[in-house]
Amino acid sequence: MSRFILILACLLLATPSLAANPYTSNGLKDVFFGETLYHAFQEDWFQAIARLDTELGQYRRLDEPGLDTLSYHINQAQFGVGDFELGYRMHLRAGRAMTAVIEGNVEEPVRNEAIYRLARLYFQKDQPEDAFHALERIRGGVPAAIRDDLEFLRGQILLANGRFPEAARAFKDLQKAGSLEGFAGYNLGIALMKEGKEQDGRESLDRTGQILSDTPATLAIRDKSNLVLGYKLLEENAGENARLVLERVRLSGPFSNRALLGSGWADASQGRFERALVPWSILAEREVTDPAVQEALLAVPYAYGKLNVHGRAAVLYGKALESFGKEVDKLGASIKSVKEGKFLQALSREELKQDSDWVVRLRSLPEAPETHYLLQLMASHDFQESLKNYLDLNELQKKLDVWERDLDAFEDIIRERRAYYEPLLPEIDRAFRQLDSQMRLRLEQRERIQKRLNAMLTAPRPDYLATGEERIISENIGRMEQALAANGGTPDETKERINRLQGVLLWNISTEYDQRLTDTFRNQRDLNEVMDRLKKQYNAFVRTRQAATQSYEGYDDLISRERNRIASARENVKVLMACQGNMLETMAVNELARRRERLEKFQITARFAIADSYDRASKAQTEKSVGK
Amino acid sequence: MYKLLKVIIVLGISALLFILPAYGQEAPREQVKGLDEQVQEIKTDVLSIASQLSQLEEKLLYPSDTQIAIFVSVAKGEKFRLDSVDIQLDGKPVAHHLYTFKELEALQKGGVQRIYVGNVRTGEHALQVTASGKTEGGSDFRKDESFRITKDIGPRLVGVVLAGTGIGSKTITLKDW
Repeated sequence: MSRFILILACLLLATPSLAANPYTSNGLKDVFFGETLYHAFQEDWFQAIARLDTELGQYRRLDEPGLDTLSYHINQAQFGVGDFELGYRMHLRAGRAMTAVIEGNVEEPVRNEAIYRLARLYFQKDQPEDAFHALERIRGGVPAAIRDDLEFLRGQILLANGRFPEAARAFKDLQKAGSLEGFAGYNLGIALMKEGKEQDGRESLDRTGQILSDTPATLAIRDKSNLVLGYKLLEENAGENARLVLERVRLSGPFSNRALLGSGWADASQGRFERALVPWSILAEREVTDPAVQEALLAVPYAYGKLNVHGRAAVLYGKALESFGKEVDKLGASIKSVKEGKFLQALSREELKQDSDWVVRLRSLPEAPETHYLLQLMASHDFQESLKNYLDLNELQKKLDVWERDLDAFEDIIRERRAYYEPLLPEIDRAFRQLDSQMRLRLEQRERIQKRLNAMLTAPRPDYLATGEERIISENIGRMEQALAANGGTPDETKERINRLQGVLLWNISTEYDQRLTDTFRNQRDLNEVMDRLKKQYNAFVRTRQAATQSYEGYDDLISRERNRIASARENVKVLMACQGNMLETMAVNELARRRERLEKFQITARFAIADSYDRASKAQTEKSVGK
Repeated sequence: MYKLLKVIIVLGISALLFILPAYGQEAPREQVKGLDEQVQEIKTDVLSIASQLSQLEEKLLYPSDTQIAIFVSVAKGEKFRLDSVDIQLDGKPVAHHLYTFKELEALQKGGVQRIYVGNVRTGEHALQVTASGKTEGGSDFRKDESFRITKDIGPRLVGVVLAGTGIGSKTITLKDW
């Protein structure tokens, strides 16, 4: 049962639901956007927003953002950040995100979707007029996926602004929208009744109350329709019809307690107290902190009294009194405990957060009376929001503590790196400079050779490709010629031999020129490969060298700045937690005191009723004896 | 007496219906709103710190020259229950993750999990991925795949896609992001 109260709370105060994935319908192109969604789908809003903010920030700083993979998802990302902020209850930022999309250079459907989201945000923040004016800005096409939701929101906003006939028309048009099954009918009923068309409204509620469905949300709204209609009929003393309608409410749903109570009163109003006892007796066995159950504890003996079973009535009033006494004590202990600060301590218990039903589980904690009535407190929107804020602040505080330790660790790493690299780097730099100059020299040589070879393709120069041996021979011949000339001329026979040798040399160089040129180009290509490897190695070294310096330099200011920001944020969080905690405690104490006051009145009533029942029982006994 | 009781109970029912939603309205609305806005502001500040720290952490611990990040995703439409994923890089275990229901649901909806981020040298590396869980039919499965990946200059983003646990189909594939 308690679970259903939570479901109900969620139903009434819906936050963005990411049941399906509306963000990557055409496939995922950007892995970091996918990572953001991974966190968002788990409702880890903080991580989702932090990552998406970083991604969007980097995207906006790009010179050509169109080339980035996030550009495929940019519209969804911009909506996403608003949705996630809404999930994290950052309505102001979410509103700004939506406004930025609306005012940006976007297509009509995208703009209209943003307006829809902004209007929904205003509506959730109890600003129906702003929501209405936002919707007035919608022009042209609306994406098919949100068309029904938009019309439903329009109806709700019109209803909240008191424009009942228009609201009724909007809901009437949505009667066949499958995704809104039940919700459109219920709201139509309310709008019609507010418009003054009481009968039409009731018919709509009646139809909604008979919908066949297995969807939990539809079943809940069906129950709610029946409850509202049933109590309307009950107020008008149409007991039989009220009973029929209230009996449609599921026995296990979030509205079942109130339906059982009303169903009993429907019978009682027709004097059928025996039948009234059936729902009331079921109800009286349920969780006693529920106000309807507490009412039933008085209603059951009241019915027995009406059936002239005064003895049984007196006993049950006694039991009710006992139960109220226990609850009054529990409430007193709760108030005391809350005032001692234990309520906030209980809410911060880490192990409970792992469980989605943690609010329910809190109540079963032994020796934690401050949490017994938490579920009932959760029915208040303000309390829920304040509680969520308190828990968020608690999480922020933990994050800030961890980050401060992270910064200490970062500084340690930087210190270690500096101590390692600084003594090594001067020697490495010296050796590198030496190698660098050698390398540059060789590179220049290679460039020269390359240019000469390229020139030889158009102007052949066989002498450039002479081998070392051929050069030596050529030089020797030249020297011989000079020596002979210096000694007074060369004999013809010697001259002839020199010419022959020069001829052989020239013949070899000229005839082998093509082959030699080909071989030289091949060698040049091999050399280029080696040079490429060298360049890569050189670049890798330069990068590693830069990385070495970058691994410990340039962080001091950043770390110091972030440390100051963390310290300031921690201080603010501490102050806000104290304020928020105080507000929660005040709300809790006020509510618990009100509940205790109400039970104390019930105690007085029960005491009078016990006495009255005993009187009647003994009177009946006396009459019986006299009769005999 | 009974009339009085009945009046109290009927009044109580009405109160139940119409007063319940107004629980805890004692704190002035403006005060609640003002505090809520302050909480929103501090959230903005802390988010901005988170963003700065994440960039600092990446620059300091995982420079782009050596960074490798491994991402896990589940192919569209897959309904198997993933229990765990283990990653080995160059023969050393670097990541082991057990999946909660929420995490698995996030993967099935199209989210991508960064399961590992670390540093490696440029060049070829051996990557081994092991996934275990239950098939849609309820039987246990455990699949291993080995891959060779190349690390160049710049961050290396490796996607591990889990799909089709049926016989003969490739369960684990790589995707370059």
